[in-house]
Amino acid sequence: MVETKNIDYTKHVLTPKHIKMDEKEIEELLSKYNISKKQLPRILREDPAIAEMDLKKGDIIKIIRKSETTKEAIYYRVVID
Amino acid sequence: MLSSVYKKVDSIVFGLLSPKEVKKMASVKVVTAELYDKEGYPVDGGLMDSRMGVIDPGIRCRTCGQKLKECHGHFGYIELARPIIHVKFNKQILEMLRAFCNECGRILISDEDIENNVKTFEMIEKTRGSEARRRRMKAVLAKLKAVKKCPHCAAKQSNYKLEPPTNFLEGDKKLNPIQIKTRFEKITEKDLEGLGYNPRFAHPSWFILTVLQIPPVTMRPSITLESGERSEDDLTHKLSDIVRINQRLFENINAGAPEIIVEDLWDLLQYHITTYFDNTLTQIPPARHRSGQPLKTLTERIKSKEGRFRYNLAGKRVNFSARTVISPDPEIRFNELGVPYEVAMELTVPERVTDWNKEWLKVFLKNGPLKYPGANYVIRPDGKKKKITPETQDTLLEELDNGYVVERHLIDRDIVIFNRQPSLHRMNIMGHRVKILPYKSFRLNPAVCSPYAADFDGDEMNLHVPQTEEARAEADILMQVQTQIITPKNGTNIIGSLEDSITGNYLLTKSMVMNKEQAVSLLLSIGLEEIPKFKETVTGKEIFSAILPKDFEFISETKEKTPIKVKSGQLIEGHIDEKTIGEEKGELIRSLHSHYGEDVTLKLMADIFRLGIKALAIRGFTTSLSDTDMTADIKAKVNRALSDAKKEAEDLITQYNNKQLEALPSKTLEETLEALILQVLNKVRNKIGDFLSESLSQENPTVIMAKSGARGNMLNIAQMAACVGQQALRGKRIEIGYEGRTLSLFKRGELTPLSKGFIDKGFKQGIDAREYFFHAMTGRDSLMDVALRTPKSGYLYRRLANALQDMKIEYDNTVRDANRMIVQFNYGDDGVDVSRSVNGSIDVKKIIKEVVGK
Repeated sequence: MVETKNIDYTKHVLTPKHIKMDEKEIEELLSKYNISKKQLPRILREDPAIAEMDLKKGDIIKIIRKSETTKEAIYYRVVID
Repeated sequence: MLSSVYKKVDSIVFGLLSPKEVKKMASVKVVTAELYDKEGYPVDGGLMDSRMGVIDPGIRCRTCGQKLKECHGHFGYIELARPIIHVKFNKQILEMLRAFCNECGRILISDEDIENNVKTFEMIEKTRGSEARRRRMKAVLAKLKAVKKCPHCAAKQSNYKLEPPTNFLEGDKKLNPIQIKTRFEKITEKDLEGLGYNPRFAHPSWFILTVLQIPPVTMRPSITLESGERSEDDLTHKLSDIVRINQRLFENINAGAPEIIVEDLWDLLQYHITTYFDNTLTQIPPARHRSGQPLKTLTERIKSKEGRFRYNLAGKRVNFSARTVISPDPEIRFNELGVPYEVAMELTVPERVTDWNKEWLKVFLKNGPLKYPGANYVIRPDGKKKKITPETQDTLLEELDNGYVVERHLIDRDIVIFNRQPSLHRMNIMGHRVKILPYKSFRLNPAVCSPYAADFDGDEMNLHVPQTEEARAEADILMQVQTQIITPKNGTNIIGSLEDSITGNYLLTKSMVMNKEQAVSLLLSIGLEEIPKFKETVTGKEIFSAILPKDFEFISETKEKTPIKVKSGQLIEGHIDEKTIGEEKGELIRSLHSHYGEDVTLKLMADIFRLGIKALAIRGFTTSLSDTDMTADIKAKVNRALSDAKKEAEDLITQYNNKQLEALPSKTLEETLEALILQVLNKVRNKIGDFLSESLSQENPTVIMAKSGARGNMLNIAQMAACVGQQALRGKRIEIGYEGRTLSLFKRGELTPLSKGFIDKGFKQGIDAREYFFHAMTGRDSLMDVALRTPKSGYLYRRLANALQDMKIEYDNTVRDANRMIVQFNYGDDGVDVSRSVNGSIDVKKIIKEVVGK
């Protein structure tokens, strides 16, 4: 067995930036796409990338990824249990 | 047209039939294994009893009074002498044995937990659906397996085992169906609900059969052979076995026969009923016909590729379609399809009679079904379909009027849909215009092979004739070949010139000069109507320019990186090659497409295609063995390069042997040596290729084909002329064979190029036996690789396509699935429509240059 130290996965280069959105941003997002939270892609609360954040079910995470076609691609995910 | 709906299906429940229901449904109690009496009539109470439905025309069903095709049959039943295990429920029987107490018959869950379970099951079904409920049921049952003591009567629970297919053991003792049935009969409805069962539709005691349902005769019709003999269906055979043994069991029990005899018969009955349900079980021998071939019983009727679902329900057959071998015809247009007369006279197009086409359609009617172009059927306004025969022809001709529909033969210019499997992308089904031709294959232009991925080594393709005006309009506007020139894969042209056409255009625009008469007749031969005014001598560039639009501007590079320029429709610099007109690369074709649209492009492409072929025919073109001849000094150069490389490899080997070699990062010494040797050997082949490119004449036909991109490359020429090169197995030099060597003629541990599959001769010189063997090794390896990989990657692609088939790009550029859930926030992250891009990106600078430059 490989020894697993307490690695902070969020610091790894391959982990994209995960940011918690505030109420105002969420409202803008939902009205921009004319959707409800249910229609967003989901992310588990215990997902290593967000495990350390203080989150509850229904929060929305903004993910800034690198993309092959553009420099940055922004994705949104709703936190579920 | 929508008829009113009387009842709406709210829900469907699947459940088991209780013995009571079986008896209630039955119209016959079967008591005898006899089928027919001496006169050949079905015996009452036999398996072919006419109260179970009719299979002969003219006879009425004795239950419902209807005739064949009206009555769909009625069930019967037999009373079994002893209970029998239903094989298809053996797992459930085991679960039930484990779930209930063997003393008091109560469920092995405490009373309060039963209440809780009932509530959770209801909740789960409401919130997460019946599939989740089923999973929960499984989990509850799995937990009960471990319970060792009954919570109600504290009795110790025994171990149960299933000995497939139908034997149950309690500890070491066999449980017979009667014992199991008595236990199950004690189970209360309340307890069952605690397991998630609905006792109204499935009570465990029904898993043990006491009556057996007999399917209606319509489900197992007998066939009358030519000799007048009757041949019964497999199911009837099986059922008559069951009935016979059942009767014998009854008689033996009533006569008070010894228990051994009764047990034997009981087991036999169990066997027959088991194979009646499923004759493919591995644990018991399949029941067979007298001829030795296994019977096809209930399970085999339903499952697998030849079963009811995949063969009869999901597998559909199509009318107005044809299939035959395809063959090439370079004279036919790209969007045309040559259809044989035989096919055209079978496939029809329904045409409605109006004032304007009445006389025209009468011609078809007069010709009838046997003379082309004729018609096969006439549909009267009342919907009656009349076949055209010599007898009906005159009356039909007489009465033909507006509102009638004539199903006329396929004629030139009709639109049809043409398809080649496997249909992996949309270009595998395209609309074509019909051209009726003699002979018996579908003819298509070789340029449209690539979208279909077709060749002519025996490929067959399917043709469909749209039957409504709407379908024809869709095929015409959305599916025709010209709408599919640009592939949505990467925005390049999937249709273009190929092979000889590229060679022809290359030579024409590069070097050909001809006199005025030749030039004009060449252009006339490809069907050009406007011939420009030529001088006495005409260059190939001028001839090519004659087919381009007069205002066409185009700047690009050739394959050889020289500039190519078209100004005001005149090719003033450079030559045409694969990069300008080839499949998936044709920059000129793409430029034409974006400037003049698909119809013009298709016509121009056809012109270019045929111009190339005709020009090549005028010039004359052939390849020969002497194309790969080398002059003496080149030969010497090649040999020197080869011996230098061999020397270099040997040096590396000595360095390795003397442990002087330094290992490359992340490689062992051996791997380093291999990598370095491979590098040296690949370098030498490229070097030889360069020598040849320099030395071979530009007039050399093989070189012309390689340079124009029509076929082959310089590497192929080098392999033929000078050096085949290193043979690689899985990316490495050949290393398998004997112990420590590849062939027994080498020393053990030998690492020289020649002993590891390097071929230092060309194909023309001939390769020796050991080289031939190495070549055959890599050849076989790649053959195996292809044969094993294609089905795998094909299935992978199919799964991918099925998973993504409902994805849709919405107007806000988001990609969403069928539930309108967002999958991607901006299509491809950059929102580019690939079919309108060049290789996935849009060159804005180039567009600006084109717009401003004019």
